Amino acid sequence: MDQLLQHGLNALILGGTYALLGIGLTLIFGIMRVVNFTHGELYSFGAYMMYACVMLAGANFFVALVLAVVLGIFLGAAIELVLLRRLRGADIDTTMLVMIGAWIALQNTEQLAWSGVAKSIDNPFPATPLVLGPVSVSWNRLFVFVVALALIVGAYALINRTRLGKAMRATFQDRDTAALMGVEIGYVHTATFAIGSGLAAAAGALLGPVFVVYPTMGDLASLKAFAIVILGGLGSIPGATIGGFILAFMEELGAGYISSGFRDGMGFLLIILILLVKPTGLFAQKERIG
Amino acid sequence: MKLWATIAWLAFLFSVPLWMGDLYVLHILIITGIFIIAAMSLNLLLGYTGQLSLGHVAFFGIGAYTSSLMSLGFEVHLLPNWLVKLEPKPVWLGMLTGIALAGACGWVIGKVSFKVRGAYFVIVSVSFAEVVRLVALNWVELTQGPMALNNIPVLRLGVPGWFEFAFLRKPANYYLVLVAAILSYVLIRRLVSSRAGRAMIALRENEPLATSVGVDVTRYLVLATMIAAAMAGAAGALYAHYVRIVDPDVFLFIYTVTMVIMVVAGGKGTLAGPIVGGLIFGLLPEVLRAAAIKPEVQWVVYGVLMILVVYFLPEGIVPAVRNWWQGRARREAAEPPAGRPAAEAAR
Amino acid sequence: MNARAGIELAVDALTIRFGGLTAVDGATFEVRTGEVLSLIGPNGAGKTTAFNAITGFIELTGGHIAYRGQRLDGLKPNQIAALGVVRTFQKTSVFTGRSVHDNVAIGLHLRSRQTPLAILLGLPSVAREEKELAKEASQILRFVGLEARAGQPASSLPYGELRLLEVAVALAAQPKLLLLDEPVSGMNPVETDSFMKLLAQIRGQGITVLLVEHDMKMVMGVSDRIVCLNHGRVIATGSPAEIQRNPEVVRAYLGERYARAHG
Repeated sequence: MDQLLQHGLNALILGGTYALLGIGLTLIFGIMRVVNFTHGELYSFGAYMMYACVMLAGANFFVALVLAVVLGIFLGAAIELVLLRRLRGADIDTTMLVMIGAWIALQNTEQLAWSGVAKSIDNPFPATPLVLGPVSVSWNRLFVFVVALALIVGAYALINRTRLGKAMRATFQDRDTAALMGVEIGYVHTATFAIGSGLAAAAGALLGPVFVVYPTMGDLASLKAFAIVILGGLGSIPGATIGGFILAFMEELGAGYISSGFRDGMGFLLIILILLVKPTGLFAQKERIG
Repeated sequence: MKLWATIAWLAFLFSVPLWMGDLYVLHILIITGIFIIAAMSLNLLLGYTGQLSLGHVAFFGIGAYTSSLMSLGFEVHLLPNWLVKLEPKPVWLGMLTGIALAGACGWVIGKVSFKVRGAYFVIVSVSFAEVVRLVALNWVELTQGPMALNNIPVLRLGVPGWFEFAFLRKPANYYLVLVAAILSYVLIRRLVSSRAGRAMIALRENEPLATSVGVDVTRYLVLATMIAAAMAGAAGALYAHYVRIVDPDVFLFIYTVTMVIMVVAGGKGTLAGPIVGGLIFGLLPEVLRAAAIKPEVQWVVYGVLMILVVYFLPEGIVPAVRNWWQGRARREAAEPPAGRPAAEAAR
Repeated sequence: MNARAGIELAVDALTIRFGGLTAVDGATFEVRTGEVLSLIGPNGAGKTTAFNAITGFIELTGGHIAYRGQRLDGLKPNQIAALGVVRTFQKTSVFTGRSVHDNVAIGLHLRSRQTPLAILLGLPSVAREEKELAKEASQILRFVGLEARAGQPASSLPYGELRLLEVAVALAAQPKLLLLDEPVSGMNPVETDSFMKLLAQIRGQGITVLLVEHDMKMVMGVSDRIVCLNHGRVIATGSPAEIQRNPEVVRAYLGERYARAHG
């Protein structure tokens, strides 16, 4: 029982960051219809920026975190402006191929810059874990959970309470009508990609100090993000959030009770099962048009 | 291509081992040839049928593993008290089984792909490849996991007791791959210029119209996927019995990406596209390595090249060259050599 | 449902609802073998929706559709085509990347019997059949008047000829019942006249035609009978002369001036 609770707690914490990854991708995939293969690279970018700021530049941990996210936002905007702008209106294969090219280029640039050796990032939290009855959690992970929750709430607020969010929702529902109503589609796309990338970078920056940082860490993150998006339904933030937690739980339980090697396989099995049974995802929005 | 050009080209290809003394170059050609076969099979799916299948390496790997396991033999506990044992079988049987099994997986994926189209199918196909990779990595009892399957026997053909030829040396393998590649090309060509090929292209171009004249969508999606998978499985089997070591890395997504680049850059939906793309992207790493460039840089170059091709040559190299050639012929036919009198006057 | 003699298509209480909208509301009509029947009605009357339902592109909410006694509802479009019911589309629909000849060759899909295995093996029967199909494609192109364009890409055709190509592709599928969805929309009077002659020839081949059209001159000129829809319901059925005099139709659609001019 204690083991189950511990797994549950781990899953909860992991789920928060998975939710960030998922929300970022569901916004991009949903609003822009781009199969964003670079999403994982933004995740590892966030982690590497943390490494650079904290370990190389000796910056304050929390400042580094903010910086990593901000840099992620800028990188996302840059990718959209440089690569995707001209492809507006092209079919999905074309943008997908460009994203694959960008992904390869980014990942190997990272490999060249940082070498393949895994890096660890120091964190300023006490080393002894916090013990809550039968379960224990490290302060670092607790921090990750809190920040992730804050960002999830922030993303939700952005989409549902701001003008930008309204424009994004309108573009998601029906791009052409939104354009006719005066929504600047170009601006919405850049903002969407930037925000989605920022969330991925945040996830990476948060998890980097928890695990280790290595160049291919983004690949699994990418695929899991897709699993979450499919699980939760395209364009649904609550769906992506719940999907993130579900995936984390399945991974923790699978790793704990079946085999640790299949931990990462859980996500993919989930994808395949769900798409076979209910292709629109568990929480697909019915008002989806176009 | 005209008949004489084809014959000349084939004669050249067949002559290579006779004068190419450098065995390393032969090795590169063999590997490139195997990748070209895989690229041709992906082209059937991605280029002609328009299916965004990014899990193609799964079929390649399934062919490789199946053939290797059949020819090595294996012992595995399917249940704690149920041991399944297979004695080593001849390599040619292993290869055929690998092709069949890959084709069967293609059948399944084809059926699935009907329900799940477009971007969702991309994700399903990638996930499928990842799951297969993880199975290969973790089911150590069967596949040896990361320790790899070693000492895979080579293909032997002949009549037992009479004579037997073992495909051990590089020249022999070169010819084997060359013949396989030519066979694959012929099969694809027959398919795409037939009613089945037209149906697949019709699905890609205008699915509602295709169904309105009687094209059964599911049937042709499944057919395309099955044939593409079987061919990729064949490439995988050839690979396994040539390099004679197979590990789960054969399922890495990066190899699917390589195949995709070959097809897209070469020209998807054309017969020559995957060959041109395969030659370029199969030989490019060697050129870069010779220039003492790190493999990471090579991949950055690949990534950038892919983006540039998509922007500037969206249909690929082969159609671009063809258009340029036709455009030039048209221009020359339209304009009489009017420049000459003016040039003479200027002298 | 049993096939009644001479009834090609029987549409019985057809109802189609999308969300809250009822596009077709209990429409009943039949198409007799060998005739040209036109479906008319103002925009949004449900004509194309009915077409989509008949040919299997959308699901029915209620009612039945039967072709020569065989139920069509629930079948997939390619199955319906195999029975001999072929349609064209309202928005110009061809295989734009292919040549004119190839477009028709694709249309001949059902004509051919080559199996994938025979194709892969390269059996001589395959090559023989390909030659026959090529001949048939040329014949069809000649029938519609496009043989000069055979090698050109479909995308290079002017609008009027594109619509002819659509009909050629549909004809290649050997329809016994041909559904034409606004075939002359966007055509000039010369092209329309030309099309009316082609329609007469199609009819001469024994093909039954169900037509949706707005061009009243054409409708009155080619139709044996007319069915008028409004708001998804059949409001009148009859010969062109009867329809012209029908006050409901006149009011809903044709307008007072036409009736006064031709009544």
